[in-house]
Amino acid sequence: MAGSSRGGLIYWLTESRNGLGLIFMLPAAVFLLCLLTYPLGLGVWLGFTDARIGREGIFVGLENYIWLFNDSVFRLSVFNTIFYTVVASVLKFGLGLWLALILNEKLPLKNFFRAIVLLPWVVPTVLSALAFWWIFDSQFSIISWVLMKWGLISAPINFLGEPWNARWSVIAANVWRGIPFVAISLLAGLQTIPQSLNEAAALDGATAWQRFRRVTLPLLTPIIAVVMTFSVLFTFTDFQLIYVLTRGGPVNATHLMATLSFQRAIPGGQLGEGAAIAVAMIPFLLAAILFSFFGLQRRRWQQGGSD
Amino acid sequence: MSNITRRDLMAGAAGLAAASALGIPRAFAQEVPTYTPEEGASLRLLRWVPFVKSEEEAWNANTRAFTEATGVQVQVDQESWEDVRPKAAVAANVGSGPDMVMSWFDDPFQYPDKLVDVTELAEAVGAANGGWYDGPRGYAVHNDRFIAMPLCAIGNAICYRQSHMEAAGFSEFPNDTAGFLELCKALQAKGTPAGFPHGKAVGDGNNYAHWLLWSHGGRMINEDSTVGIDSAETRAAIEYAKQLYATFIPGTESWLDINNNRAFLAGQVSLTANGVSLYYAAKNDPAMAEIAEDIRTVNLPIGPVGESVELHQTTSISIFNHTKYPQAAMAYLAWMYDTGRMNAWIEGANAYCCGAAKGFADNPVWTSNPIHAPYAKASATLRPNGYAGPLGYASAGVMADYVLVDMFAEAVTGQASADDAIANAAKRAGRYYG
Repeated sequence: MAGSSRGGLIYWLTESRNGLGLIFMLPAAVFLLCLLTYPLGLGVWLGFTDARIGREGIFVGLENYIWLFNDSVFRLSVFNTIFYTVVASVLKFGLGLWLALILNEKLPLKNFFRAIVLLPWVVPTVLSALAFWWIFDSQFSIISWVLMKWGLISAPINFLGEPWNARWSVIAANVWRGIPFVAISLLAGLQTIPQSLNEAAALDGATAWQRFRRVTLPLLTPIIAVVMTFSVLFTFTDFQLIYVLTRGGPVNATHLMATLSFQRAIPGGQLGEGAAIAVAMIPFLLAAILFSFFGLQRRRWQQGGSD
Repeated sequence: MSNITRRDLMAGAAGLAAASALGIPRAFAQEVPTYTPEEGASLRLLRWVPFVKSEEEAWNANTRAFTEATGVQVQVDQESWEDVRPKAAVAANVGSGPDMVMSWFDDPFQYPDKLVDVTELAEAVGAANGGWYDGPRGYAVHNDRFIAMPLCAIGNAICYRQSHMEAAGFSEFPNDTAGFLELCKALQAKGTPAGFPHGKAVGDGNNYAHWLLWSHGGRMINEDSTVGIDSAETRAAIEYAKQLYATFIPGTESWLDINNNRAFLAGQVSLTANGVSLYYAAKNDPAMAEIAEDIRTVNLPIGPVGESVELHQTTSISIFNHTKYPQAAMAYLAWMYDTGRMNAWIEGANAYCCGAAKGFADNPVWTSNPIHAPYAKASATLRPNGYAGPLGYASAGVMADYVLVDMFAEAVTGQASADDAIANAAKRAGRYYG
C-alpha cells in the first residue's frame, strides 16, 4: 500500500546509514548546485549567447570569443591581467615571506608589529583604493609633492596618465594591500616548523642560509602553495582597485579582464560578451591552481630536488 | 471626459490625431489632461541620486503635495546614477519593480515596448510650455510616440578664471574653436593651463569627446546605422584635439569625473568644462571666495560645423507598462509637469537642471546669476547620443564602452595614429551596430 511504502521510505531515510547520509548531504549539495554550479553554468552559457541585460539571448556559438580574440582592447586586457598578476604575486610573495621571517624572529613589541602588518588587509579595498587615488593624483600626489619639495623633480609625476606608470602604480597599490595576507599566513606556517629541526641543523654546522634553504623552505612549501594560489586568484580577479583608480584607463592600459567584463556587461549591457570575458579567465585560473597543487606540492620539489 | 476615453486615446494610434478626429478642438488638446488615480494606488519611482540637495527637496515637496491631493503614496527610490540603467533594464524586462524610472540618455530605447505611451500628456505639456526642444524630445520619441517624458538636461559649460584669461591677453572669451585654441595656448604660456578629461570620465569625458567630434562635423553613426566615424571631419576633430591637448595640464588622460573639479578648485587649471556644481563648490566654501568671484561660465565654442552642439547629460521619466496603476502614474507625471511645479523644481535645482521645454527658459533661475546663463542653453544645444543614427541599445553600448573617449585619448597621447584610432573606434562601434 502507498502508506506503508511511504513509511518504508521514511524509515530508510531516517534509520539507515545511507539514508541519513543523504539527508545530511542535501544542504551542502543544494548549496553547491544553487550558489556555485548554477551561476557558473549560467555564466558559461551566457558567453555563448548574445544576451543583453534584461533580454534573453540566442545561442551564437563561439561568436563572442572570435570577436574578443580580434578585439585589441580585450587582448590588451589579457596582457594587463597576466602582467599585473605575475608581477604583483611575485612581489607579494617575496616581500611577504621576508616580512614573515622578520616577524618570526624575537623582536621587541612582536605582537604589536604583527597587528600593524594586518592593517592594509583590514581596511576595505575601496577605502585604500581611494587613498591611493589621492597618492597617485596627477595634480595632488603627495609623492610628487615631496619630491618637488626636495627639488628632485620639477613637475608632478603622471602616475595614472602614462600607461607604464599607471600599470606600476596599480601594482604597487595591489602589493601594499596583498602583503599582509601572504605575510601572516606564512608566519603561521613558520610557527608550525619545529624549532628542534633548526637547532639540529645548527648543531650540524649549517649556516643560516642553509637552514633556511634546506629546512625552513621545504617545510613551508605546502603553505606557500596554498597561500600563493589564493593570492594569485585574488590578484587575477582584482576589480575594485582598478575601478576606483583608473576605470581601466589611460586608454585601457590598466583594464583587467574583470573590469573589462564589467564595463561591457553591466554599463554596456552586453551580458553575453561580458560573460565570455569572464569565462575566458577560467583557463588562466585553472592553470594557476593546477600549477600550485600539482607542482608546489610535489614531494621532490619540496625536498629541494627536481624531477 | 471620462477616464476610459482618455485611456483609450492613449492606447490609440495618435492621441492628438484621435482627439481632433473626435471633433475636439486642437486648442483644447493643448490643455494638460487630468487623470484619476486608481482606487488604493501607490507608486514607486526609481531615480538617480540627486546631485543638488535643493533639487531633491523641491522634487519631494512636489511629490508630497501630490500625495496630499490624491492620497496616492509615492515612494522615491534613489540609485547611484550609473546603477539606474541596469536596474531599470531588469525591471522593464522582468516586469516588476518600480512603476516609473527617471533614466539617462537613451535608456527608454532599450525597452521601448515595455513602456507606457505618454504621447497625450507629453504633447499637451510640450504645447503648454512653448514646445519641447528637439534634443530632449529626441530622447523621448520612438516611432512618433512618446515613450518617456523629457525631463531635463544637466548642462555642461566651460568654467574659467576671468583674471587668468585677461592675464593671457584676452578681453573676451572666443566663441569659435580656432580662437579657443589660441586662448588655451596663451593660458598655458602663462602657466595657468586648461584641462579637459581624456580618461574614463563617464560624464565630463563623454561631453568633451562628443563636443570635439560634433563641433567639427564628425559623427559616430550615419542615419542608416552604418558606422560613419571614418571621415575627414573626424580627422579634423582629432587634429584639433591634439593641438588642444598639448596646451593642457599634464595628466588629463587619467582624469575621472571629479579630477577637473579638484584641479580647478585648487587653482591648478584655469579652464575646464563642468556642470554648475563646480561654481557652487567654490561659492559655498568661504576659503574659496576669491576663486568664486573670478569664475565665469560660457558655452563651448562653435566649431566648423557652425552651430553649438553638445551632448550634456539628459534625463527623462518613463512609466513601465507592468505598473498596476497606470492612471495614477500618469496623474503623478501630469502633476509634476504642471508648469508652476516644474518651475519650482527647476528653480530648486539651481541651474543644474535645464528644463526640456522652451517655456522653462523663462525661469528666474537663469537670470538670477550671470553664471547660470550658459546652462540655460543646454536643452537647445543638446544633440542626442549616437548622432545621427537611431537611439537604442547600440548607441548606449558605444557610449558605455567609451569608444569615442578612447579614440581621442589614443590619438592625443600618441598611442595610435589618427587613422588607427579611427579604425579602432569604427571596429568597436561596428560591433554594437552590426
